[in-house]
Amino acid sequence: MLKINQIHKSYKIGDSSLHVLKGIDLSVEEGEMVAIMGSSGSGKSTLLNIIGMLDEADEGEYILDGLAIKDLTEKKAAVYRNKFLGFIFQSFNLINYKNALENVALPLYYQGLKRKERLEKASFHLEKVGLSAWGHHLPKELSGGQKQRVAIARALAANPKLLLADEPTGALDTKTSHEIMAFIQHLNDEGKTILMVTHEEDIANMCKRIVRLRDGVIIEDAKVNQVRAEQYV
Amino acid sequence: MLRFLFDQDTWQEVFDSLSKNKLRSILTMVGVWWGILLLIGLLGSARGLENSFNRLFGSFATNSVFVWGQSTGIPFKGFQEGRRVKLSLSDAKKIEENVDGIEFVLPRSQQSTVITRNFLSGSFQMAGDYPLLDNLQKKNLIHGRFINQNDIKDRKKIAVISEEAYKQLFEIDEDPIGKYIDVNGIVFKVVGMFEVGNVNMGPSTDVHIPFTTFQQIYNRGDEIGWMMITGKPEYNIKQIEEDSKLLLKNLNHIHPDDTRAFGSFNLGKEFSKLTGFLTGMQFLTWFVGIATLIAGVFAIGNILLITVKERTKEIGLRRALGATPFEIKRQIVVEAVFITLVAGLFGIISGGWILIALDHFVGQGEDAAIVNASVSIAVVFAALLILVILGTLIGLIPATKATSIKPIEALREE
Repeated sequence: MLKINQIHKSYKIGDSSLHVLKGIDLSVEEGEMVAIMGSSGSGKSTLLNIIGMLDEADEGEYILDGLAIKDLTEKKAAVYRNKFLGFIFQSFNLINYKNALENVALPLYYQGLKRKERLEKASFHLEKVGLSAWGHHLPKELSGGQKQRVAIARALAANPKLLLADEPTGALDTKTSHEIMAFIQHLNDEGKTILMVTHEEDIANMCKRIVRLRDGVIIEDAKVNQVRAEQYV
Repeated sequence: MLRFLFDQDTWQEVFDSLSKNKLRSILTMVGVWWGILLLIGLLGSARGLENSFNRLFGSFATNSVFVWGQSTGIPFKGFQEGRRVKLSLSDAKKIEENVDGIEFVLPRSQQSTVITRNFLSGSFQMAGDYPLLDNLQKKNLIHGRFINQNDIKDRKKIAVISEEAYKQLFEIDEDPIGKYIDVNGIVFKVVGMFEVGNVNMGPSTDVHIPFTTFQQIYNRGDEIGWMMITGKPEYNIKQIEEDSKLLLKNLNHIHPDDTRAFGSFNLGKEFSKLTGFLTGMQFLTWFVGIATLIAGVFAIGNILLITVKERTKEIGLRRALGATPFEIKRQIVVEAVFITLVAGLFGIISGGWILIALDHFVGQGEDAAIVNASVSIAVVFAALLILVILGTLIGLIPATKATSIKPIEALREE
C-alpha cells in the first residue's frame, strides 16, 4: 500500500540547515491503522506531510499504491491528493462560510463531479458520521466533535485509499476524543488504511501499530493490542 | 474554459466567497464604481460644455474675419499719412474674385440713428445688409422673415428689428409685422423680428434694412462700412486675412507695410483659441478619468491581495483537498473580474444618473452652461473592457502569490 525508503528532509533556517528526517523506512499494508508518535521536533509531522504530498522529500523513495511519487508538479500533486488521500486536521480546517454539506462536497468539486451528484455523495457521508440533520449548519454552529466529524466526512467523500490524520483529537476533550477515535476505528474496521500523528499515548494505543520517532529516525516500530475506544464512550 | 464560465458551481463559489466577505467585496466595488462614475461624469460634463459652445457659435461662420478702414500710418505715392481709408463695394468684389479660398465676402454698412413710431422713439444701430448675413450669422427670427433678394433689387423700405427695438417702439402684445416705423423721416415697413443671441460677433445691430436701401438713403454710393470675409473651412483664415489686406492696400494706394490702415477682427483666430481650450479640457478629462480608473483597478488589486492573505489557510486547504494551482488562480481572477464588472455596471448606471441630474439642474434653457451632457456608449464599454482586462491582470498578482505558498505552510498559518 505505502512504502518509503530512506527518506531525508532538511529545512533551512537562516544559514544553518536543520536535518529533520534522517533516513526513514516505513511500509504500511492495506487495512492498517498506524500511529506515528514522537515529541515535538521529532519529525513526525514532516513525515506525515511528505506522505500527504503537501511537502516533498529531499531524498528517498516513496511509493503509494504501486505508484512512485516523485518529481511532482503542483498540479500532479493536487490530482494525487484528491484521488488517493483524505486529510483530517487538528484544527478541523472547515471553510467557515460554507455549511457542513458544502464542506463535505468540496473535494468532489475538485474531482469535477456535477453539483447534484456531489451533494448526494456528501449527504451520504454526512449521514455516515451521524450529522445528516446538521448539513445546513455553518461550522461556527457546530461543537468541536461535530466539526471533526464533518472533517472526517469530507476526508472520506473522495473515497481515498489512505486517510491521514494530524493530531485529530488534539483540540478535543477526552470524551469527544474517544468518540472520534471510536469512529476512526470503525472506519478502519471497514478496511480503510489510516495513518495518524499523535503525541498522546492512549490515543496511539487505539491504533494497531505504533511507530516512534526521535530526532528524525525511527526508534521503535511495533504492533500493539488495539484498545477499543467504544468502552470509554 | 467556456464550460467553466457557464457552470453553475463556478458562480456559486464566486457568490459564496463574495457574499460571505461582504465588507471587502463592497470596499473593492466602491473603488471601481467611483472610477467609472468620475469618468462618465467628467466626460459627460466636458461633452456638455462642448455642446454648449457649439450651440453658441454654431450659428456663426467662424472661419471669418471682419475688415474695416481706418487711417493710413505711412505716406505713400504722394498721399500724406493720416488719410481716411474708405472701403468700397468694388474692393469686396475684387477680394471675392482674387483671394484664394474665399467662401463669401459680405459688405455691410452701419449707422446710428433715431427711430420713432407714433409717440415712441429710440436710438438704434441700423445696418444695411444682404440676405447672406442670415447664413453667416444665423438670425433667430421670432416673427416674419429676413431681407430677401427682391428687397435688395427693388431697394424696398422694409426693416427687420430686434426684440429690444420692438420693446421700445411697440406696445406690449402688439404684432409688429406689417407696422411702420419712421427712420429720419423715411417710413419703413417691419417684416421680421429677431431675438438677440448670447454671443455677438462684430458690432450689434438693432435694425436691419436692405443694403441697397441703406446706401441710397445715406447717399453712400459705393462706400461700405466694413466687410465680413468668410473662408472655406479647409483654408486658413489668417492667410486669407493677410491676402485680403494686401490686395486692399494695393487697390487703395496704401504702403504694403502700413498696419494702421485697416482694422480687423479675426473671428477664426479667436475661435481657435476657444476650441484649443476645449481640446485641452477634453485631454484633461481623459487624463483624470483614466488615472481614476487605474486607481480603481489598483484598489481591486490591493484588496484582493489582502483577501488572499486572509484566505491563505482556506486556499491551502482547498489545495490539500485537490485544487490545482490553476483552479485556485482561476477562481480568484473570476472573482476579480466579476467584482469589477458589477461595480463597473453600477458606475455606468449612477454615472448616467449624474448626467441626468446635471441636465436637469444646469442643462435646461437657452443659456445653459452644459448642453446635452452625454457619453457615447462605445466609450463607456471600452472603459469597462479596459477595467476588466486590467482587473484580470491585477487579479493575477494575488492569485500567483496565493499559489506560490506551499499548501502546508498555508495550513500551518493561524
